[in-house]
Amino acid sequence: MTTAPAIELKGISKAFGPVQANKDISIRVMPGTIHGIIGENGAGKSTLMSILYGFYKADKGEIYISGEKVSIPDSQAAIAAGIGMVFQHFKLVENFTVLENVILGAEDGALLAPSLRKARKDLAALAAEYELNVDPDALIQDIGVGMQQRVEILKALYRQADILILDEPTGVLTPAEADQLFRILHRLKDEGKTIILITHKLREIMEATDTVSVMRRGEMTATVKTSETSPQALAELMVGRKVLLRVDKSPAQPGEKVLEVENLKVVDSKGVVRIKGISFEVRAGEILGIAGVAGNGQSELLEVLGGMRNGTGTIRVNGQDLDLTGKFSDARSRRKRGIAHVPEDRQREGLIMDFKAWENTAFGYDDDEAYQTGLLMNNAAIREDAEGKIERFDVRPANADLEAKSFSGGNQQKLVLAREIERDPDLLLVGQPTRGVDIGAIEFIHQQIVALRDKGKAILLVSVELEEILSLSDRIAVIFDGQLMGERLPAETDEKELGLMMAGMTGEDT
Amino acid sequence: MDYLTILQILDSALRLATPLLFACLAGLFSERAGIFDIGLEGKMLIAAFFSAATAYSTGSVWLGMLAGVAASLVLSGIHGLASITFRGNQLISGVAINFLASGLTVLIGLSWFKLGGQTPALQGDARFQGIDLPFAEALSGVPVFGPLYSEVLSGHTFLVYIALLCVPLTWYVLFRTRFGLRLRAVGENPAAVDTAGISVVGLRYAAVAICGVLCGLAGAYLATGLGASFVKEMTAGRGYIALAALIFAKWRPWYALYATFLFGLLEAISNRYPSLDLGFITLPSQFMQALPYILTVVILAGFVGKATPPRAGGEPYVKER
Repeated sequence: MTTAPAIELKGISKAFGPVQANKDISIRVMPGTIHGIIGENGAGKSTLMSILYGFYKADKGEIYISGEKVSIPDSQAAIAAGIGMVFQHFKLVENFTVLENVILGAEDGALLAPSLRKARKDLAALAAEYELNVDPDALIQDIGVGMQQRVEILKALYRQADILILDEPTGVLTPAEADQLFRILHRLKDEGKTIILITHKLREIMEATDTVSVMRRGEMTATVKTSETSPQALAELMVGRKVLLRVDKSPAQPGEKVLEVENLKVVDSKGVVRIKGISFEVRAGEILGIAGVAGNGQSELLEVLGGMRNGTGTIRVNGQDLDLTGKFSDARSRRKRGIAHVPEDRQREGLIMDFKAWENTAFGYDDDEAYQTGLLMNNAAIREDAEGKIERFDVRPANADLEAKSFSGGNQQKLVLAREIERDPDLLLVGQPTRGVDIGAIEFIHQQIVALRDKGKAILLVSVELEEILSLSDRIAVIFDGQLMGERLPAETDEKELGLMMAGMTGEDT
Repeated sequence: MDYLTILQILDSALRLATPLLFACLAGLFSERAGIFDIGLEGKMLIAAFFSAATAYSTGSVWLGMLAGVAASLVLSGIHGLASITFRGNQLISGVAINFLASGLTVLIGLSWFKLGGQTPALQGDARFQGIDLPFAEALSGVPVFGPLYSEVLSGHTFLVYIALLCVPLTWYVLFRTRFGLRLRAVGENPAAVDTAGISVVGLRYAAVAICGVLCGLAGAYLATGLGASFVKEMTAGRGYIALAALIFAKWRPWYALYATFLFGLLEAISNRYPSLDLGFITLPSQFMQALPYILTVVILAGFVGKATPPRAGGEPYVKER
């Protein structure tokens, strides 16, 4: 007996001008399976899915749904064909209720009341069937991202989607929320739905999928059974060369205390206490990793240290007190004290997206003597400097005149890192160094951070990726609800123990 | 100040609030769909001119009204083309429309009527006449309520009642119909509407068209209901006041009624008391006349609390990958 594939693509090609985003892509996804599509940013995954959802028209190729040839000129047609899409950036109306978002575009008549009644009933049924509980009357802006994602899934199911496409679904989720998502996906699979999971995270592919296709530079390089492959093999297929998944580093040689934090407290503008008196130190030549679920005070910690927020308590760098309020508590004063900062949100705080790469490499150091000629900026000097940084940090494309927004996430991060690391700081603050960054670039970024440590610098790493914390840190501190729950050595702990600490259990409880 | 004076001021306030209410609701539809429209002023002005000109030529106020609405719709179409289809800057398009209307009305007026940009005075059926509500006469004897009914509510022209009816109607359309849900969604997050398989462009054009019709009614009322001819620049900033009222009303229909009535009331007071003697100080007429505009500035400066505009307002929608 042969079952028709839920989705079959034959020879899909799509070019944007000279760029061939998809080259002759063929893929078969059997019903009731989870199929992963993995590839680096820009490999053409999103283009392929946009073609499936009717955003783009393929130049060539055919689409079959359950064995029947279909054409998908717009999203309406995709929905009619039973395809539901959960975008990386949710397409929800923030000040609408869950219910209103679910029916939007799928109303039953000109008046809302009957549609809302029906949706309320159907939603309750879906919630029971797939364990997707959401309060139908909650406003989207009041619920967390995990819940918002459920609403997106419910939207698709409400439109009777049999095929669910999820584009980088865990990018905004905490590890616990991601686990929950995968449980939901398995449940959907058990109920006969077909799921396509697009991601660049190997771990998710290994954990969640039945089969996996690898894309590189617009081409489908392989499709394999997940059980018959390994992360190492997939990474090589993605990047096209051997990749180090583990960070290769020698034991730390801690020296003098560079950063000392004593009883630091931070109250935000709404009067909420974000950091409740924490103390720790970072020595020269070591990486202290701060693990924690996003929103537990680690962002505020970085901001206080980086001079973007006021606090109380004592912070010493190389034995001298830092101002925590007032004129000399700003980011520029921090830089003068030898603190460099790679902020968590590189697109908002690290770069100006509409400015050129070479301009971006001077921000924060624009008062440097070398960058001036009298009253004017010495643009030639800045540009020359930028070109050196771009070369040394392997920023691609190596063009200093491109705007920051035209680089991929990984290359944007390299620009920020180059700017901060090359100033030879005593202390480097790094927030989420590899969020939204390709595997190939992750490897490079990790190497740069370790290299800086080996030069005897102190590094404070904040990341919500436990794997990253475990592989990069020399010591790990866990933050929960504005307090440090304890310190561990990476060799003497594991994800399970750290996960419990991140959920608020103190070291003694575990 | 006796009861009758208060009633007369309220009566006048209601009439003066009517064009503001139309324009405010017009702006509400447009902005709720994510299209900022500072061209309300220009649309009202051109509608006022064409309704007066047509009413004068044909002798029919109804044809005048239709002509006003049509003229306003043409400008709406231009605004739609510029800001929806060609994704231009909505503020600039609005400003252009205001200039266009201001120049065109005077130019055409001069060429047609040779009266320095005015239209001749409208008489008889070329103007909207007051409608006496049922039992107005009979009830006028009833204490307190009677005069309120017969003096304030009764005796207005057709368009005043239409404007008042538009308030619950707008509320119903926005919050109780599929069209309203989609309209509000497209002003908050057009991508959500687009991925749901609904045309963002279609919805926005619909909103802009409704805005055009309502501005047309506002202009027609100015020239053929409130006044009796078109006068150069007769809108006198009412389009901007309506925008201020819209912010004051937080983009909600009922609040729009209250906000525009407040402006109408201020204007009525300044008409009634060119200079107001408060006992210890006499407010000069210049100050009284400036009251609605002062209130506008105060409102726009944000003294009335935080008003959150539709999130996608002013941004042309570009489909992302």
